[in-house]
Amino acid sequence: MDHRHLIAKRAAAYFKSGDVVNLGIGIPSLCGNYAEPGVLFQAENGYIGVGPIAEGLMVNERMVNAGGIPFVPVPGASAFDVAMSFGVIRSGRMAATVLGALQVSEGGDLANWASPGRAFGMGGAMDLCNGARKVIVAMEHCTREGAPKIVNECSLPYTGRACVNHIVTELCVIDVTENGLLLRELAPGHTVEEVQAKTEPVLLIADDLKEMAF
Amino acid sequence: MESKVTTREAIISQFRDGQIIAIGGQTGRYMPERLIGCILDSGARHLTIYSIDTSDPGVGVGRLIDAGVVDRIITTHVGTNPVTNAQIQAGTLEAELSPMGNFIERIRCGGLGLGGVLTKTGLGTVVEQSKQVVRVNGERYLLEPALRADVAITRCRRADPIGNLTYQGASGRASHPVIATCGALSIVECDHFCDLGEIAPDQVEVPGMFIDMILV
Repeated sequence: MDHRHLIAKRAAAYFKSGDVVNLGIGIPSLCGNYAEPGVLFQAENGYIGVGPIAEGLMVNERMVNAGGIPFVPVPGASAFDVAMSFGVIRSGRMAATVLGALQVSEGGDLANWASPGRAFGMGGAMDLCNGARKVIVAMEHCTREGAPKIVNECSLPYTGRACVNHIVTELCVIDVTENGLLLRELAPGHTVEEVQAKTEPVLLIADDLKEMAF
Repeated sequence: MESKVTTREAIISQFRDGQIIAIGGQTGRYMPERLIGCILDSGARHLTIYSIDTSDPGVGVGRLIDAGVVDRIITTHVGTNPVTNAQIQAGTLEAELSPMGNFIERIRCGGLGLGGVLTKTGLGTVVEQSKQVVRVNGERYLLEPALRADVAITRCRRADPIGNLTYQGASGRASHPVIATCGALSIVECDHFCDLGEIAPDQVEVPGMFIDMILV
């Protein structure tokens, strides 16, 4: 399994049956493959109960999720417009959202909608990171150039402030706590020293530091 | 009562330079492509567009971007369309980026007679910089002002002659029912045209009173 799928699988372990969950594009979108039965996925364009990718005769342009992927609904699905969809998100009914990130700060600030010279837009991310009960960032630990994405302060425009609860990368699981970033799990074959070297803020280490289970 | 079914030529004649046009749909799927063709054929330029995104080049709102007829856009996401980005960088397209929940509420307010909406989304971000902050019951909110358009163009699954509309699916609904309310002139293209009475009252999602013209 490549590390993008490993990250998604670990992030999906935060969901439980009955949860309504929203997945961002990229690595987060892979979480749907690993959730336990009974988790319902939302599409921002107005759907709860997004099921598997549609193929063949099941493909139609009215049943496409917010990332443009055609899907088949699950039993119990419901359809509504975008205004209702964001009412669901803002009103605290969304158990969790999994989002990608360009940067996450020590205080749980999230930056994921604009990079230098290119503001591609926040889409639904600002509503999700404020409204969902649990905000999980699923991302590669460092940039392609090897720079830390977990930083003291975000230098890129904020998506939300003090909103992230959990960070899942190919190296580790980190919780955002009142005291700072707490290293909870370490991926097999990696060390605390290595993770710290690739993370800007000083990490707190959990007393019961575990191996990341995939 | 007269049918609202309108010829393509009569619809084309509604578009003018400098209009604000709100367009339903998302991610370039189930867009009102035939009505977007009417805008292009009208030759109208210097348009302001309200839409959730700018689709891809050659698709949906992207067709208007490709043609260079859009001066300004209020949207939530432009990352899917490199032409949009190129025009923003070149300074020929002015873009206001709005969080998606705020965007759709602004449209809903414009369509349903409200001046704006209070939301926490965007607090502590650049979105807050250009907005009024209001305190209600001790909590801080951004005041997001309503958006109204000169023309709203949308797509629906079924329409009857007086403009009662139904939708189907996720992308098949999306922003269409909300956008359909926000225009001084609301034009819809339908997949299926029904006789009066064929759509049961309980199935109607947008009542015909919001709709002015139907492209069958």
